[in-house]
Amino acid sequence: MNKQTGKIIGISGNMLTVSFEGTITQNEVGYAVRGNEKLKSEVIRIQGDKAYMQVFESTKGLKVGDRVEFTGDLLSVQLGPGLLTQIYDGLQNPLPELAEAHGFFLPRGVILDPLSKDAKWHLTPLVKAGDVVRKGHYLGWVPETQFKHYVMVPFYMDGDLTVESVEKEGDYTIDQPIVTVRDEKGQKHGLTMVFEWPVKLPVNIYKQKILPTQPLVTKARIIDTFFPVAKGGTYCIPGPFGAGKTVLQQITSRYADVDIVIIAACGERAGEIVETMREFPELVDPRTGKSLMERTIIIANTSSMPVAAREASVYTATTLGEYYRQMGLDVLLLADSTSRWAQAMRELSGRLEEIPGEEAFPAYLESRIAEFYERAGLVELFNGEQGSLTIGGTVSPAGGNFEEPVTQATLKVVGAFHGLSRERSNARRFPAIHPLDSWSKYDSFVPENNVSISRDFLEKGADVHQMMMVVGEEGTSQEDFVTYLKSEFLDAVFLQQNAFDPVDAATNPDRQTHVITQIASVLESELQFADKEEARNFFYDLRQKFIDWNYLEWQSDEFRTQEKTIQTLIKGKTQDA
Amino acid sequence: MRKVYNKVLSVSGNVITVKAADVGYEELAEITTRRGKSLAQVIKIEEDTVSLQVFAGSRGVSTSDEVRFLGHPMQVAFSENMLGRIFNGSGVPRDGGPEIAENLIEIAGPSVNPAKRIIPKRMIRTNIPMIDVFNSLVASQKLPIFSVSGEPYNELLARIALQAEVDMIILGGIGLKFDEYMKFRNTLEAGGALNRSIIFMHTASDPVVEGLMVPDLCLAVAEKFALQGKEVLVLLTDMTNFSDALKEIAITMEQVPSNRGYPGDLYSQLASRYEKAVDFEGTGAITILAVTTMPGDDVTHPVPDNTGYITEGQFYLRNGRIEPFGSLSRLKQQVNKDSRDDHRAIMDGMIQLYAQYLETEEKRSMGFRMSPWDEKLQRYGRLFESGMMDLSVNIPLEEALDRGWSILAQCFKPEETGLRSELIKKFWPEKQQAD
Repeated sequence: MNKQTGKIIGISGNMLTVSFEGTITQNEVGYAVRGNEKLKSEVIRIQGDKAYMQVFESTKGLKVGDRVEFTGDLLSVQLGPGLLTQIYDGLQNPLPELAEAHGFFLPRGVILDPLSKDAKWHLTPLVKAGDVVRKGHYLGWVPETQFKHYVMVPFYMDGDLTVESVEKEGDYTIDQPIVTVRDEKGQKHGLTMVFEWPVKLPVNIYKQKILPTQPLVTKARIIDTFFPVAKGGTYCIPGPFGAGKTVLQQITSRYADVDIVIIAACGERAGEIVETMREFPELVDPRTGKSLMERTIIIANTSSMPVAAREASVYTATTLGEYYRQMGLDVLLLADSTSRWAQAMRELSGRLEEIPGEEAFPAYLESRIAEFYERAGLVELFNGEQGSLTIGGTVSPAGGNFEEPVTQATLKVVGAFHGLSRERSNARRFPAIHPLDSWSKYDSFVPENNVSISRDFLEKGADVHQMMMVVGEEGTSQEDFVTYLKSEFLDAVFLQQNAFDPVDAATNPDRQTHVITQIASVLESELQFADKEEARNFFYDLRQKFIDWNYLEWQSDEFRTQEKTIQTLIKGKTQDA
Repeated sequence: MRKVYNKVLSVSGNVITVKAADVGYEELAEITTRRGKSLAQVIKIEEDTVSLQVFAGSRGVSTSDEVRFLGHPMQVAFSENMLGRIFNGSGVPRDGGPEIAENLIEIAGPSVNPAKRIIPKRMIRTNIPMIDVFNSLVASQKLPIFSVSGEPYNELLARIALQAEVDMIILGGIGLKFDEYMKFRNTLEAGGALNRSIIFMHTASDPVVEGLMVPDLCLAVAEKFALQGKEVLVLLTDMTNFSDALKEIAITMEQVPSNRGYPGDLYSQLASRYEKAVDFEGTGAITILAVTTMPGDDVTHPVPDNTGYITEGQFYLRNGRIEPFGSLSRLKQQVNKDSRDDHRAIMDGMIQLYAQYLETEEKRSMGFRMSPWDEKLQRYGRLFESGMMDLSVNIPLEEALDRGWSILAQCFKPEETGLRSELIKKFWPEKQQAD
């Protein structure tokens, strides 16, 4: 291929204006060359003989007249065995390897192989000569951590492909051809374990998309019981800063009941992703007994890293998620935060001098957000198996105001909304998901009856609280007051969860059902009190006992003893009558 | 050697354009006007038209003034000799001392590889209970102090500078009033902290653009010292002035404003500075405390809002006290588990009760009858405010925790506090029972 070149004629921030001759493609990758440095860039607009390119690195020191080399390829990621446990930047550069080679700081213009070229993988072929395969079909598998990593026909190959020859079972590197196929035109292709796919194109090689119904267990009580997420669904967590979005994401990445977790730290604090990076290798995945890192991929493009790469990082993460979904796995993508991604689009749009929409976001903001979330889904693969990609994105609305464009555009396309509230976080009620404002379109594993009773009390309790603020406690009837105490009790012992306690941090589905049933019976029971003071004391006592109960191992002896104590306490009050 | 141009094409705001070739992006130039010399930085190149922001401002720039490109981006000296010295926003001494030009380093260098960061684990004690107990400051943390004008934020910053356990302090002033600057300087001097401090000071009377460089200068120097094993505390005041300077340039450059006139990249601009806070494994660390004044006490104003999303928590300074609500140190969980086993419980428990006190207080002010429980909360609230919140309280962490238990015991029965039974057994003071 004859590679095009161009010349820089303008520089503004991370945007270059480049003059070129010949053919170039929208979203094509090019490199701005300055001395030995090659700065990766992407074409984002073409006008006559001028191309506008966003540079994924700092443009400091670039000059007018510097050469630009076009590659002809769209921005892509490498897909193959070895992705799990990796820590990449937004462009799939492996960060630990960069650190090894270049020390504390991120050097400019350095690009490393995302996947090891030396590592050998033990291949078990699944096809034989004469078989006809299509894109996405399995050619063989290699063990990758605890998974069967299927080596697939590259997603870009069209039509029926006839297998000509297959290598024997054995150890191969990712670059060795393992299968040779003949396409419909008779051309032969040697296929390796690795191929590239453009990040901005969704992978939709499946028989059909299916309605997500199976709950994705996060072990956060307020989510699983009240605002559940389904495997293959989407949800968003908007909240002002300090409300606990990232902590919630971290907990989910630890305890969620899925095969693979992809964490995209997009334009957020580096410190947060570092916690995950340093702790995950040490933490044990309760499902497998292996290190949590073995099921995790981290994409870290933090706030001080180049903005254009931040925009790409979300797509990079999604593409990796879709790749593993093709193997019939349940994948959870956690994007923190989609607002930073939207802001990256805004910066770019501003430099392109596009006509701004609301709050200067580009007019295509909504469609981009919708496209992103639509890449989630539960799908039926060619072999009848199912795989899912669930997307959970945090949103950081300016001023904590949900009326802003990013939150609103997101709410239109997600299946569950976990709205965090500053009042709850100020009152240290964590997770600070607002129990009345949030919603979910998915079904919970907890019997609907218990949930609706609880929700009812939360609403009534909030009303009484409002009223009490006006008329005072003495102006509130005892019945209303008890309702209020009940709702506060439910809030304290079920909605709130201590993320730092090893037991309380993760509540399994059985325990959630068990506990909410207990709570529902307390809510429904007619309790007799002489006065409000007695009622308050009773509920404080009960709350204390329940909180202690939450800290006890599920089904341990202490757990059962504590349960009896609680039941006795409740009985005492119901039989007084 | 370097080519000199003496035709200024346009002057608009503090931005001038010249026709020039072979100029690098963000390169520095020196412009000689009848008022003297000033540095200027390339902020846009379009073919052979180069836009520069002039640090000293464009007043008095004539179309035939001389512009000489220096061939390198902004640099700053780095040396032990800088300790005790005061520089302006261009890095020139403003204390009458000799110029320091050794070891020039580039400012605004590349960002730290996240893979090289470590989990912060050292608490920086300040002996202010509202910080140490409730929102511990941690080495490598970046924290703003949100405040309205008129609050004693610079006093608080100075007190932290004096009391904090660090090796050196780098103070960056952006748009500071002259009196504030002198007060700051005098406090550091009187407290004996000046000789471990480096000050980059841009006052309100200096040209606006010069203030833009202050955070980068401070952080570039801090980074070098941290790499040499120093525990550095960077104090910046006031980042709202910095953002306003950014806004001014963006509008001059006819960028589309995003929110209240601020440029769309305000978040990235602030983040690239704050993210310089880091703990280098095996050597030193940079911790950043920065004042952000909130215009109209509005935390949703773009500057505090964007800041809040970048920093690892925030301190609210209101009525001369660090507010317990909203104030948050995100890294405190890293250090308060090892300090003392009642630290977290006291931290959460006391705040929850204080929240209830405030509710009672509201009821009381509306004239409602106080229940016995309300009376207890009233008593608690007053003790908490005087014994913990008051900024003049100056006691070490352990003493502050003991004081917390004592306040609780003076007001409540153990089970009313919502604290875990085992902790109550261990720490509840026996002699003082609730009446």
